Amino acid sequence: MKITQIQSTEDDHRIAKLAAIAIALHMVEAVIPSPLPGVKPGIANIVTLYVLYQYGFATAAWVSILRVFASSLLLGQFLSPTFVLSLSGALLSLCALWLAMHLPKKWFSPVSLSIVAAFAHIAGQLIVVRLWLIPNAGVSYLIPMFAAAALFFGLVNGLIAKKLIKIEATNYLHL
Amino acid sequence: MLNSPHCNNLRAQLKSLTQEFLAGDWLVLIASILCVIYLFQTLWTNEHAAKVQIRLGDKIYATYSLNQQREIHVHGKLGDATISIAQGKARFSKSPCHTQYCVHQGWLTHAGQAAICLPNQISLELLGETKPYDTLNY
Repeated sequence: MKITQIQSTEDDHRIAKLAAIAIALHMVEAVIPSPLPGVKPGIANIVTLYVLYQYGFATAAWVSILRVFASSLLLGQFLSPTFVLSLSGALLSLCALWLAMHLPKKWFSPVSLSIVAAFAHIAGQLIVVRLWLIPNAGVSYLIPMFAAAALFFGLVNGLIAKKLIKIEATNYLHL
Repeated sequence: MLNSPHCNNLRAQLKSLTQEFLAGDWLVLIASILCVIYLFQTLWTNEHAAKVQIRLGDKIYATYSLNQQREIHVHGKLGDATISIAQGKARFSKSPCHTQYCVHQGWLTHAGQAAICLPNQISLELLGETKPYDTLNY
């Protein structure tokens, strides 16, 4: 019998560990009922933000995309509209993060990046809703609510991520 | 109550949080708040609706003025639904669907509001006077 061994690097293990944390948070969120359909705190994005600061953009992108795929498989939503919404949100949010990470660190903390990412996330989802899921009816009526939620949760997640990054900087928590 | 140690603690925490905000963070925060306010103002218009557009499946079934008292019967995928129009409002008053979400949604009054009955594939959308692409349709 031939055993094929997949060479895995240190980076792969780190990505897997971090993605596992993000998936766990995603699962927790999936069972919390939300007051308005479609509005979720997006706590898994705290992990994305933390990883972006700690390990760079490539790792953050891996963790974020892996989280979307694995969570949808676990929740039985793979390739369903929910999955497409989740993926489009994550992709646009990563694009926004890539742009925002080039802002001077002296003036912009993780809080800024989190708010920007949250808005991009909701924008990505709304684009899919408008183009594919509900092309005709009035989704526009819900946009202000979604934007307000994005602002609030983006702010809260950003503050949490900032705290985590700060703790990391002071006493080096090893993952 | 306001001077309890718990409350003071909370206040101190809030203060330390806002002190950590950098100049750019304030900029982003204020810009996003303005953006949200702008969205509320433009999309949550208090403009009264003028017309109701009924869609059946992916096609526009009909558009009616809301300045009338009328009942419309539309034959959807499951059966006949009744849509009532009265004094600038419209609603599903009868639907053959299982869930009855559309009926429970009640009267639609503002431009931009919509009621969608997915099982029966009928949807209502209220249109204002100034919907920008109205003229493109007709």
